[in-house]
Amino acid sequence: MTTLPETTEKKLGLVIDLDICVGCHACATSCKEWNTGGYSAPLSDQEPYGADPHGTWLNRIHSYEVEGEGRSRTVHFPRSCLHCETPACVTVCPTGASYKRAEDGIVLVNPDMCIGCKLCSWACPYGAREYDYAVGVMRKCTLCVDRIYNPHLKEEDRVPSCVRACPTGARHFGDLGDPKSKISKLVKERGGYDLLPDIGYKPVNKYLPPRPRRDAVTNNDAKAKAPIMATDGSRMEKFLAWADKVLTR
Amino acid sequence: MHPAYSVIFFTTASGAGLGLLAWLGLGNALELLPKSQWFGFFGVGLAVVLLSAGLMSSTFHLGRPERAWRAFSQWRSSWLSREGVSAVLTYIPTGVLGIGWGIMGITDGAVAVAGVVAAVLAVITIYTTGMIYASLPTIRAWYQPLVPIVYIALGLASGAVLLTLLLAIFEGVPSWAVWLSVAAIAAGFVLKSLYWSTVAGEKRTYTVGAATGLGRFGKVRPLDPPHTMANFVMREMGYEVARKHAEKLRGLVHLLLFVVPAALLLATLVVGSPLTLPLVLLALGSTVVGLVTERWLFFAEAEHVSMLYYGKEAV
Repeated sequence: MTTLPETTEKKLGLVIDLDICVGCHACATSCKEWNTGGYSAPLSDQEPYGADPHGTWLNRIHSYEVEGEGRSRTVHFPRSCLHCETPACVTVCPTGASYKRAEDGIVLVNPDMCIGCKLCSWACPYGAREYDYAVGVMRKCTLCVDRIYNPHLKEEDRVPSCVRACPTGARHFGDLGDPKSKISKLVKERGGYDLLPDIGYKPVNKYLPPRPRRDAVTNNDAKAKAPIMATDGSRMEKFLAWADKVLTR
Repeated sequence: MHPAYSVIFFTTASGAGLGLLAWLGLGNALELLPKSQWFGFFGVGLAVVLLSAGLMSSTFHLGRPERAWRAFSQWRSSWLSREGVSAVLTYIPTGVLGIGWGIMGITDGAVAVAGVVAAVLAVITIYTTGMIYASLPTIRAWYQPLVPIVYIALGLASGAVLLTLLLAIFEGVPSWAVWLSVAAIAAGFVLKSLYWSTVAGEKRTYTVGAATGLGRFGKVRPLDPPHTMANFVMREMGYEVARKHAEKLRGLVHLLLFVVPAALLLATLVVGSPLTLPLVLLALGSTVVGLVTERWLFFAEAEHVSMLYYGKEAV
């Protein structure tokens, strides 16, 4: 049914920390690796070794430059389905292939019912749905529905593949409908926000903003003013001076 | 938005077929049209062929056309599904009209009523086609109340030109048919112009700052792309036509879809009957080229919000 559930028991989703993400694309490659063998298999590629290689990926990592207050900073920005509460990608589907689960709020495409009309991808403001040119159906993030409830996996592996792969801990998974959950608290504490709230789809996934610059460390002027421990030139004293500097940060 | 040729053909052909059907159903009920069996046969037949060819064509852009029947199931929420259901429902009274008029030679009673029902359903079907586009908040140029109204107006205008051609072939063109066509073309011109000026006046309120949430820290611009070659999202949603070309093409639409057909049809009122048919044929040819250009522009000019992630500053 492409009509949306009025409420969902849980609101499973991701919280992405833009302060920590280093833009390594590990989440994107591990997503591709898991999902090309899982629920969405296969995630096809076209001309992978040709002149115009492209393929179906469920997670894309942009890097932006943000210039303000006379300075620029680089922000890496992973982008995938936000598992919105009221997404039009589900309601526009003519076949019932797109649906939002009442139990946990995950938005899925049933690949056996999809006719590949692509209307859902037109309805998504986040560009999260990608068409599989080889199979002729639409693909999207499944929140690794075939991992998170999988009793054959170890407890620590029952999280989306992207979360498991992130080397810096920039990706968090949990129930955003439960205000007492760890990630709900994280969102509250860090001021997590929605992408394009004006479109009105009520995304479940949240993004944590980059923290303010720590000028004492990164600014050369500030560094120069920091007291430097006088040393007698010995290795021990130099080590202690370095340790002092590190611990003062 | 990428203009898929099958969708352009579908919306223009089925729109014209449904427009013709609407005029045939109404014209017959008002006893304005020839009662000849052949007129009914070819008139309703042409409408059915155009509608069916359009619907067939619309399945060509599907990844899995063999599953197209599933699209009738979600009419509760999906305008695409509603369009499918509405188009199929239209065939029922159209069948009664076509068989009654074209095969049995009956034009009154139940056949006349079926014609009116077919006309109403035809207009509803064109409306549902427009609403497929007008229900997408992600595309500002489409998320407009005028979109389905323009679809209906252009369907009725192209249908009226088709009706005039049929009349020219069978019993000669009565002046009311010329005035009806010219009025429908004029309505189409006014509504399409109003649509273009409405879209041009819209503020581009979605920004890359809101799309990334980073606008509060300053000016956001792409540094490294997520992939080296265009992906599906860029291929499908990133199609754009340069502004100067768009302006030229809009001029072409004004000329070929509105000015030329109206002028040629009005000319038939002045010149003698041997020239009527060639003039109406030329008017139809101009309408077809103008309509296809209009529909191509409808897609090619439309900007999608997701392109904010790929370098657009505001949409």
